[in-house]
Amino acid sequence: MDHTCAILMEGLTKEFTAGGTKVVALERINLSVIEGEFLCIVGPSGCGKTTLLRILAGLESQTFGRVFIKAKNPEKPLTSMVFQGDSIFPWMTVEENVAYGLRIKGVSLKQRRAIARDYLQKLGLVRFAKAYPHQLSGGMKQRINVARAFVSDPEILLMDEPFGSLDEQNRLILQQELLKIWEGSKKTSLFITHSIDEALLLGDRVIVMTAQPGKVKDIVDVNIPRPRDILTLRETSGFTALYKRIWQLLQEEVLKAKATELVNSPVSSSKRHRKNTQEGKT
Amino acid sequence: MSMEILSFLSPSLILVLWEVFARIGVVDTRLFSSPTRIFCTLVPMIYSGELLYHTLISANRIILGFLAGAVPGVILGLSMGLFPPIRVCLMPIVSATFPIPKLAIMPLILIVFGLGETSKIFTIAIGVFYLVLINTMAGVMNIDDIYMDVAKNFDATRYQFYTTVALPGAMPMIFAGFKLGMGTALLLIVAAELSAAKAGVGWMVWRAYDMFDIEKMFVALITLAILGYVFSYILDFLERIFIPWKNGRR
Ligand SMILES: Nc1ncnc2c1ncn2[C@@H]1O[C@H](COP(=O)(O)OP(=O)(O)O)[C@@H](O)[C@H]1O
Ligand SMILES: [Mg+2]
Repeated sequence: MDHTCAILMEGLTKEFTAGGTKVVALERINLSVIEGEFLCIVGPSGCGKTTLLRILAGLESQTFGRVFIKAKNPEKPLTSMVFQGDSIFPWMTVEENVAYGLRIKGVSLKQRRAIARDYLQKLGLVRFAKAYPHQLSGGMKQRINVARAFVSDPEILLMDEPFGSLDEQNRLILQQELLKIWEGSKKTSLFITHSIDEALLLGDRVIVMTAQPGKVKDIVDVNIPRPRDILTLRETSGFTALYKRIWQLLQEEVLKAKATELVNSPVSSSKRHRKNTQEGKT
Repeated sequence: MSMEILSFLSPSLILVLWEVFARIGVVDTRLFSSPTRIFCTLVPMIYSGELLYHTLISANRIILGFLAGAVPGVILGLSMGLFPPIRVCLMPIVSATFPIPKLAIMPLILIVFGLGETSKIFTIAIGVFYLVLINTMAGVMNIDDIYMDVAKNFDATRYQFYTTVALPGAMPMIFAGFKLGMGTALLLIVAAELSAAKAGVGWMVWRAYDMFDIEKMFVALITLAILGYVFSYILDFLERIFIPWKNGRR
């Protein structure tokens, strides 16, 4: 593992057995994530993107293969994950949610409050510090969700379609914010998305995964200079070519996934993200 | 505004009708008394301190019994919700004993604990215990897995997990259990004071029955209603303090 490599995966394989049948979610993933890079992951749904992040987050263990995550600073948490769907605690105020990682680390109330305030200031959310999540819109909840992961200051940030459930306007605003925050911190990040635009706006590289079983199909370097801007992104030279390239790779896999979905029974794969996927269940 | 008037008017109307029917003889005052007669019995009982004395005795039993049932109910409910082995061990026992009517075990309680305060408090405690236990356990088990994952991803210790996820997550259900338990406590106080009591609002009911003192019986019933109201008010108040995130929901 050379010194610029933050994560190294070797032959990473994950199998699930559900109802007697074996599902290979990930198959022999070999991948290294460079320190300080923003790596986007795209792929048809059910290809194992979430599973990959959950393994890195320590929430799932691989069936075969190895994962190394470099811990530069033992004080810092290794990873923080922004979960797909609504995962901020309904029983905590905005401020408490944002400071959750600090609380777990044992940072004093006064100090973590100051840090959370500072962060909310940046997002223009200070006046909601004492509000509870059910009083917030979907866009604000997702900001808190992302903020909670950033504030805990981990070695690696893992984000699972954080803006997937938002409407277009909110998505644009949150993308812009994330871009700004991230470019200020250059934290090693893995980001799952189903939007090619989003991947090209945020990513240094884009991993395209195959339909189930999930493998790395190709890796696309996004050589669009930073700092980037949503407004001018599409006019950047190279954008269209990159977009086309990723779409072609992705299209093949999406069609493949569709085809197998028709062959197999259609229910099995989408049933799992239990109670939490529906929005606004408060 | 008019709604408030209406909600005040309808009980008043019943009282007026009751009084009128009692006076003209449509209602048998030997069985159902009348508002003015009840009032005339009530006032001296308030002044003499008699009513307060019985009320405090019953309230004391209810509070002690409630705490004696609710505290172990919450602790055991949390453990059973969080640890499948504990749940698997204890659930059959709980399921088998829960359906036994609490009134049916009163004689056994009297034999075991004697005729003193303990048996009355225990009777209430056992009724409260099951309802709190079952609600707490369900509350913990219904916490969405995603919140557990968040805590785990942040490397929360076991203790941190309890205080930041399990307990607050189950809190709404715990309070639902408290409220059900309080209803049962009020039911059981009357039964518990039937046997071997010398004071209490429940005792007043039975005493009035022995004496065929309908007015006193109504006074006791009114007192029980007020007790019930006060306790549910207190629980609502505590709920707002302990579950601030619930405000304005629904
Ligand atoms: N806990 C689990 N039990 C059984 N099967 C699972 C589990 N988690 C994921 N899977 C299966 O693994 C595959 C990949 O899932 P997931 O990682 O959620 O895909 P994605 O995030 O790319 O949509 C799916 O077929 C899914 O059904
Ligand atoms: Mg997913």
